[in-house]
Amino acid sequence: MSQFAINVLFVGGSFAIYIGIAIWAKAGSTKDFYVAGGGVHPITNGMAIGADWMSAASFISMAGIIASAGYGASTFLMGWTGGYVLLALLLAPYLRKFGKFTVPEFIGDRFYSRSARMVAVICLIVASLTYVIGQMAGAGVAFSRFLEVDATTGLIIAAIVVFFYSVLGGMKGITYTQVAQYIVLIVAYTIPAVFISLELTDNPIPPLGLFSDHTASGEPLLDKLNEVVVALGFNEYTAMVDNKLNMVLFTLSLMIGTAGLPHVIMRFFTVPKVADARWSAGWALVFIGLLYLTAPAVASMARLNLVTTIYPDMAAQVENYEDAVANPIAYADRPDWIRTWEETGLISFDDKNNDGNIQLYNDATDYSDRGWQGNELVVSNDILVLANPEIANLPGWVVGLIAAGGLAAALSTAAGLLLAISSAISHDLIKGAINPKITEKGELRAARISMSVAIVVATYLGVNPPGFAAQVVALAFGIAAASLFPALMMGIFSKRINNKGAIAGMLSGLIFTLVYIFVYKGWFFIPGTNNLEDSAANWVLGISPLSIGAVGAILNFAVAYMVSSATEEPPQHIQDLVESVRYPKGAGAAIDH
Amino acid sequence: MADDKSNAAAYWKANLRLITGCLIVWALASYGGAILLRPLLAGISVGGTDLGFWFAQQGSILIFIGLIFFYAWKMNRLDKQFGLGE
Repeated sequence: MSQFAINVLFVGGSFAIYIGIAIWAKAGSTKDFYVAGGGVHPITNGMAIGADWMSAASFISMAGIIASAGYGASTFLMGWTGGYVLLALLLAPYLRKFGKFTVPEFIGDRFYSRSARMVAVICLIVASLTYVIGQMAGAGVAFSRFLEVDATTGLIIAAIVVFFYSVLGGMKGITYTQVAQYIVLIVAYTIPAVFISLELTDNPIPPLGLFSDHTASGEPLLDKLNEVVVALGFNEYTAMVDNKLNMVLFTLSLMIGTAGLPHVIMRFFTVPKVADARWSAGWALVFIGLLYLTAPAVASMARLNLVTTIYPDMAAQVENYEDAVANPIAYADRPDWIRTWEETGLISFDDKNNDGNIQLYNDATDYSDRGWQGNELVVSNDILVLANPEIANLPGWVVGLIAAGGLAAALSTAAGLLLAISSAISHDLIKGAINPKITEKGELRAARISMSVAIVVATYLGVNPPGFAAQVVALAFGIAAASLFPALMMGIFSKRINNKGAIAGMLSGLIFTLVYIFVYKGWFFIPGTNNLEDSAANWVLGISPLSIGAVGAILNFAVAYMVSSATEEPPQHIQDLVESVRYPKGAGAAIDH
Repeated sequence: MADDKSNAAAYWKANLRLITGCLIVWALASYGGAILLRPLLAGISVGGTDLGFWFAQQGSILIFIGLIFFYAWKMNRLDKQFGLGE
């Protein structure tokens, strides 16, 4: 069977499962559509959160980013997992006890203000829309590489599948497809990792292999990797970063942002009890951890593998690295996987010194004494995971599995985000503001229509990505960190924060964060409109625009506290509401409002 | 009623104490061990590298998982102890 046929079989088979689940899990009520009926088991929910959370970026790009940045990229590992501690301790159980359908609804009720609810709706839509475009684009790339269709066609196929199960089933359909998608993606991610770990370290468990000895050289894997990359003019893989403040704030922004992202929070509304919300956060992190503990192993092993493929003399124990780098492979002898990926443009070669060999090294270092005229092989971070099975010479079905896994990661996150957007429109905007008298049936229809519109918009933006699509980390996490997380947390932990304080806090956190990002990245991300060049030398105190969300969050807390202290206390029934979300008793009943 | 109130207040206080403790561990594992204190821990080696690197790429995640389960388990006990569970 050809590789193409295998890929079609795996991807088609997984899609058939998702569609089967959609038909089985059709939503009959708004409660089904928004919170899957409220009866999801915590382990099931944990698995669904895992798929909801792990996006095309986690699956496809993260290991590649770690491979090229080494220790410095630990920010993503800690930031995208540490946020779950904040969710479990500070938000999830209380928001579950509150027992409503959406995140803006809590903000609107707690701060007795329709304006606060609308600010939350806008933040939610901007953050989720930015996020979903990347998922659609990621699905398009996976389709074009593995199924030989162009990216636009791929994207439209993906949109139709998502349409099917999310419009029919809402949260109910999404929950159970996410469980299936989690299984597909984790199997696809770990199988090649196990093989590469066995090949390099003889240890079948990648996270243990990372800290074991490299079989071919007999040295610890990370030592070997450090030596090899230093010989090519790079920093040590495990080298400390200079700017610790920025690394701390970047990690903190990702953690707070993770905890404030509505598509994750709303998954906690689907469990029956407060205790289940706590447990499902733990299970979620177990399931997420399986991938996040594997990723750094894949990263370092794939980097070592790539370098020793180009410089075979470096593979075993090396006495003198100057000699070992002298014999790179000839371009004509490159392995098949490089040929395959050259066709996608994600690997490119340019023989700068015309010697017919491949020189892969750090351009910033001058190696003209070695006869090198510049780095000749450019490898995109995005191919590392996707090409892993081919690099490790694994059978064709593993490649098919990776294709299905990448699509599962992209589609499951896209569905969660689209649900967050559509429920904000149908529940917060239509029922909450425009037409409060809408019937249950009418609201369910409105939810399905807004879901359909959101899918069409996301697909269009996936085909024609606007400038902000690439700014997921800055924009989505920045907004969630600076506006939503502090408002939610203060709503639970303080009875004194009133409507004025909350609105002033959210707006100042949001505006401060956006302005700081726009100054360096361009106003509304229009190229050329930035006031300062986006480089470390220009950043205030060395804080990058990606790390500013944490500062925005602190500002939000401070402004909300000051404004609330200067104005009146919230009314008694609001203080009673805060009391009630703090105690688990009665959560089962709370959702049947 | 007054008893209910002071009981609830005691429950909330116990919860806040637990949260504070957990967040200290959370911060020590990530911002401490993996970043700020990494140079201090450089002498302790783990599988070919230093303890700080292990915290950054593996240890912190394991500690986060442990923390959430610990918190969930403790809170379930508090819920029962104060009669506020479901």
